[in-house]
Amino acid sequence: MDFSTLRQLAAGNAWGAIWPEVSLACLALLLLVLEMVLPRGAHRRIPAVSLLGQLAVLALVLTHLGAPTRPLFNGLIEQSPSGQVMRAFLIAASILVCLLARESLPRQPVPRTEFHHIVLVVTAALMLLVQSRNFVMLFVALETVTVGFYILVSYTRGNPGSLEAGLKYLVMGALSSALLLFGIVLLYGVAGNPALPGRTAEAMQYPALAAFLEANPHNFMAAAGIVLVLAGVGFKIGAVPFQIWVPDVYQGAPTPVTAFLAVSSKAAGFAVLLVLVEQVFLPYEWLVTPVLTCMAAATLIFGNLAALKQHNVKRLIGLSGVSHAGFILLAVIPAAHSQAAAGAVYFYLVAYLLASFLVFGVMTVMSGPDDTRQELGDYAGLARQSPFLAGVLACGLGSLAGIPPLAGFLGKVFAFVAAFRAGHYGLLALAVLGVVVSIYYYFGWIRAAYFSDEPPLSADVLARVRSSGLLLRVVLALLAVGTIALGFYQGPLGSLVSGQ
Amino acid sequence: MTLDPLLLAVAAPLCVAAAIALGLPKKLAVPLAYLGFGVPLLVSLWAWASFGAAAKEAHGYAFVTRYSTGLDGFGIALKLGLNGIALPVFVLAGVVGFAAGLYAIQSGAERLKTYLLLLLIMQGGLMGAFASVDVFYFYFFHELALIPTFIMVGVWGGRDRTYAAMMMTVYLTLGAMLSLVGLIAIYVKSGASSFDLFAIRDALSAAPLGTVTQTHIFGILLFGFGILVSLWPFHSWAPPGYGAAPTSAAMLHAGVLKKFGLYGLIQVALPLLPSGLGRWGSTLLVLAAVGNVLVIGLVTVAQRDLKQMVGYSSVMHMGYAFLGIAAASALGASGVVMLMVAHGLSVALLFLLSTSLHRRTGTFDMEAMGGVAQKAPLLAWLFVAATFASIGLPGMANFWGELTIFVALWQFSHWATVVAVAGTIISAVYGLRAAANIFFGRPTETFERVCEASPPSDLAWGERLPAFILLATILFIGVWPRSISVPINAALGAPRAAAAPAR
Repeated sequence: MDFSTLRQLAAGNAWGAIWPEVSLACLALLLLVLEMVLPRGAHRRIPAVSLLGQLAVLALVLTHLGAPTRPLFNGLIEQSPSGQVMRAFLIAASILVCLLARESLPRQPVPRTEFHHIVLVVTAALMLLVQSRNFVMLFVALETVTVGFYILVSYTRGNPGSLEAGLKYLVMGALSSALLLFGIVLLYGVAGNPALPGRTAEAMQYPALAAFLEANPHNFMAAAGIVLVLAGVGFKIGAVPFQIWVPDVYQGAPTPVTAFLAVSSKAAGFAVLLVLVEQVFLPYEWLVTPVLTCMAAATLIFGNLAALKQHNVKRLIGLSGVSHAGFILLAVIPAAHSQAAAGAVYFYLVAYLLASFLVFGVMTVMSGPDDTRQELGDYAGLARQSPFLAGVLACGLGSLAGIPPLAGFLGKVFAFVAAFRAGHYGLLALAVLGVVVSIYYYFGWIRAAYFSDEPPLSADVLARVRSSGLLLRVVLALLAVGTIALGFYQGPLGSLVSGQ
Repeated sequence: MTLDPLLLAVAAPLCVAAAIALGLPKKLAVPLAYLGFGVPLLVSLWAWASFGAAAKEAHGYAFVTRYSTGLDGFGIALKLGLNGIALPVFVLAGVVGFAAGLYAIQSGAERLKTYLLLLLIMQGGLMGAFASVDVFYFYFFHELALIPTFIMVGVWGGRDRTYAAMMMTVYLTLGAMLSLVGLIAIYVKSGASSFDLFAIRDALSAAPLGTVTQTHIFGILLFGFGILVSLWPFHSWAPPGYGAAPTSAAMLHAGVLKKFGLYGLIQVALPLLPSGLGRWGSTLLVLAAVGNVLVIGLVTVAQRDLKQMVGYSSVMHMGYAFLGIAAASALGASGVVMLMVAHGLSVALLFLLSTSLHRRTGTFDMEAMGGVAQKAPLLAWLFVAATFASIGLPGMANFWGELTIFVALWQFSHWATVVAVAGTIISAVYGLRAAANIFFGRPTETFERVCEASPPSDLAWGERLPAFILLATILFIGVWPRSISVPINAALGAPRAAAAPAR
């Protein structure tokens, strides 16, 4: 009997390598099964199962951080050190989102198990997305994510704001998918053109496409495809001019979903962008660098100026997130030639995760049954009534603003150094001005929480502040400690930005 | 591992702050706060006393230690050490910080624990900024000290506190960001493998930057640091900020933190970019500095509010410091360091006394006071002494700083020297007039009414002690300037000589 085919199959078997994604998907199914078989009274335990399961997966992923680079599934996806970091990042974000949901969903008349189910599936898809090295894989993973988000954004069906946000996200998401797909098709088509040197039938694979682009460094069709792909990714990271959906969707979505969008979706977008810039579009740097530079400049200007005038904190955090995309782009642009710049992106994302969840945690506690109405004025007197929450908020906002000794400061410094090394002085000047402007609105929020006692916290907000769960408080304290500690001691994360 | 005093001076206040943040009860928080302010003072005095005999490493630094924080690959590590320029400022931070801490503890401010927490963070940041050899941490600690100021102005501030806090925040962040870009520029352009000042100095003395590059980077640093030091016309954050700031915050900010910009120019910009000053010094900088002295001097004369006047006068005195830098000589720079120390002490003392005065008269309006000397002779005596120091009379520390700067300036520009000397007359006018108005003459009706309601007493011990400490240091340096001038000259002489052939 000839075993060679089987042996070949066994050698190419890579399912073991994506066990975190598989186990997340299984966990998601398990939650649904549990809801069916468990008696009604035990349903409130289901979120705990989801949290514990994710924690176990996270712990196992963390033990595999240093895994070597190797292609899987014939190059559909690739395991890499940065991919491992992003996997852990995405699971951590997913745990935090579930934790926020545990606090805020009971205030809404909505099913809970399904929320955890969808978050888990989306996280698994995001993890595949950041590791994908093939456009088909990329697109399938991305669509799984996007479809999941369609549901999550309009999860509080009773709320018109949430429904509106869902519709906007659907339309804009479809548009971005269409742009991305068109770009992919253009690239695939031009790479298959027999008249061109280096033509390939495997143009969906990144290495094959990169080789083709290398052979045709000034092809118009390929350039158009690249710009369209960048536009599709631009939607995910919320960079100008693809940011129009951000404020409305962030405001309308339930707060945990806003956090999920702001952190996981954006971070995955940047991871994908980094892979594309570093590995695929390198021969078209003459095109990619100016496009990204323009995007970064516009993003920095628009994000910071638009956030200045916001009174709704969810819109404010959304637009500040746009400006953060600009800061991260500072480091993405030179990433093709500098390990340190790519590391700066990852460091920035980690700092951004910690700081964002600090802020979103406080927002979750403060938000009432109508999630879309969270005004700056609601925070007046917070410092007096709950010094803990006010401290957590100040820590998160300070880190987002880039104030030492918090982690966000280091993220900004690394990004600035990367931009300076690459000689993007104009962009750096814009970024510096952006920081100054951003200080104004972040500080305005801190001012609302600390400086003014009038009007005092309303009674129902106060009740929610008092009754906020111990677990959430503990996690927020840990995140705050992490944000401060990362500012003083970077430890192993420091090696990320060292270019080693 | 041996105990590192410099690290201790940085860590002690921060650890106490962390302990307070974790919910230490007030009974324990206050004694621990003494410790948090006391340790930096003791360490700085120890460093001052033993600096001359201490073993020097490269570039005249003593007490050098290095700690890795995981960013070695990026060229960042916590490296502490003091040279002759850092030492006097480090001592200034220790002394003023201790005085401000004592004053804060006895002030009985609302939410005292949080107030002390922020002040301790500020103190830790200041000690760290002046003890850092690594340029990154030099900036990092400065920002660490800067942020609590904003919150303290916003929460505990007086009139217009929200406006003042916002204005300070936006202005100072701009200044800080510009300096950050300048520092990054030095690091990247020098080609050094780390942010370590030693490495950058070595790299730059081996291969100096081109004059154009130097001029550009120096310009960024000059305006970045200049905003932090309230260089005219970027000073407008300072008077309202100090006017609104709670006393201890004003003492630490005006006294010490503001000096960071000047310190940065002298410690980092001048030695690393020796030909960067050139064009800036003879044109824009001189004009701006003269603006500080003359324009702000005259504005100061017009003030009725005592705290605003002290705020404006501190802006005005920064003009002398900038003139000293514009003079572009080792003599000028050493004068600036001496003036930094002296002015830091005297302005902190003035802020302290103004608040004590406010407590007794219920107003900062100088026209509404008069004859306070009869009720509070010690307060009057201290205030007059502080005013003399601020004007720069011989016997006070400020005299040596100003004199050195004038001498250096004469070699550089005659007309600027004339303006600067005229400035001392202006400061004598407003200083002496304020002292005369407040303490001597007949009590005004308003003041008499206040006296009837609550008869004012002289300074309590909680106010006396910090004031005595500050005044004693001013007098000590005033009668024995060698105590700081020897290390300063040693530090400023060395890099200049090394840089000379490169020009």
